[in-house]
Amino acid sequence: MTRSIIPFGPQHPVLPEPLHLKLTVEDETVVEAIPALGYVHRGLEGLAQRRDYHQMIYVVERVCGICSCIHAMCYCNAIEKLMGLEVPRRAKYLRVIWSELHRVHSHLLWLGLFADAFGFESLFMNLWKIRERVMDINEATAGNRVIVSTNIIGGVRRDISEDWLKQILKDITEIEQQLKPMFDVMTNDYTIKKRTVGKGVLSKELCHQLGAAGPTLRGSGWAQDVRQLKYEAFDELDFEPVVEYDGDCYSRNKVRFRETFQSLEIVRQAINRIPSGELAVKPKGNPDGEIAFRVEQPRGELFYYVKCNGGKNPERVRIRTPTFANIPPLLAMLPGAQLADVPVLALSIDPCISCTER
Amino acid sequence: MKFDLQKWINEGRLKSPWVVHFNCGSCNGCDIEILDCLTPVHDVERFGIINVGNPKQADVLLVSGTVNHRNKTALKNIYDQMQHPKAVIAIGSCGLSGGIFYDAYNVVGGVDKVIPVDVYVPGCPPKPEQIIDAVLVALGKLKASLEKSDEAPGQETAPAAGEQPAA
Repeated sequence: MTRSIIPFGPQHPVLPEPLHLKLTVEDETVVEAIPALGYVHRGLEGLAQRRDYHQMIYVVERVCGICSCIHAMCYCNAIEKLMGLEVPRRAKYLRVIWSELHRVHSHLLWLGLFADAFGFESLFMNLWKIRERVMDINEATAGNRVIVSTNIIGGVRRDISEDWLKQILKDITEIEQQLKPMFDVMTNDYTIKKRTVGKGVLSKELCHQLGAAGPTLRGSGWAQDVRQLKYEAFDELDFEPVVEYDGDCYSRNKVRFRETFQSLEIVRQAINRIPSGELAVKPKGNPDGEIAFRVEQPRGELFYYVKCNGGKNPERVRIRTPTFANIPPLLAMLPGAQLADVPVLALSIDPCISCTER
Repeated sequence: MKFDLQKWINEGRLKSPWVVHFNCGSCNGCDIEILDCLTPVHDVERFGIINVGNPKQADVLLVSGTVNHRNKTALKNIYDQMQHPKAVIAIGSCGLSGGIFYDAYNVVGGVDKVIPVDVYVPGCPPKPEQIIDAVLVALGKLKASLEKSDEAPGQETAPAAGEQPAA
């Protein structure tokens, strides 16, 4: 049988991002996949030496536009721990609200793109229509739709008024009602099941060996969620990691959809329990020492290592993003797959290339 | 009246411009806003704008993000594959000048360092309304260049700005 090499990307209709895979195929079956990275590399970590540690927040927010709030939250947490700052409770709750809203819009975005990947155009349109409500909340509360820039070192930049908290409660109830029929379609539709069930199976052991993170890991039966470490206000909020056991595209899909409902529930809890009080404490001096901090991003575990030397710039900021951890599982599930399934498989790890390459 | 084939083609081009999108080192912020334009709330299809995957079929190139040393050849390739007349729209602060990453080591700068740009859309990220407006402005420029090429037949519509490949 003759082998041929087919390039997938960097400009591909299914992905908004330049992921490049060199696929070796025998007839229609993929034999080997080699990733070629670096199309989005900007040298962002190197900027840490040129920006002071306040300016660095705005740089790390632009690691990834989809989960910008969570990147900034992780970086701020690391610096706050170094400086020994006690962030006010209200600020912690506001951070939870914005970061969970980011998770909701990120998952809805992904679910829409996933529907588009197997040609379910109307589901894509419907999910993105619902997502628009979340973007409106972001714009109304933070002033920008995508990059909200609400985190500062020591707290948050702005408050959400009582009226708006009530409005958000009303909005998320409506979003939930609109999402429920979509969940039925996603989980019961014959075509979707045909395209996802049993495709790209990762066993529980393999998933752990390859170091998968986030919904990819939870789709294979591991109940691991970094939010259980109780950072920010998660110590006062009730939630359980969402787990599915089959390890195929259908499971990962289901994990993300159920997590969307879970995040909406967390926002509701946070709004009901939010205390009043200060928004931020003022940082004094410069941080000194080194620290690692991790949070749960929509795609999995996000890890920040920050080293400061008492000067006004951080000495080193190292970022490990979940997609970087999820590329080995993707390469493990591609061999043996049909060429037509490659877009579905590639999307099932929710790749965020700008995170990975920075 | 004589049937003018060229005029008929030109009208068709302006009626329904097809866009191709290339992410060129963007943080996804601009990309999701571009995709947002296609969805029911903004719905660019009412202007006849369709997002296609193939640059050979497209009239308008949407570029988001900074250009870096690796993807500048990919960007140039996509631009060269597009048929004349074509318009390029640089989206977001990064596409304009490099934005917040202007002094990072792997950043060449704005999109106009590699290919000529017709419309610049500022913002980090710009709102979908701004992007739709930019496509319509680009259409105006296309129309002007088509009329110009009609007056001087036989001449291919040349790109407006000088191409300056980055070192």
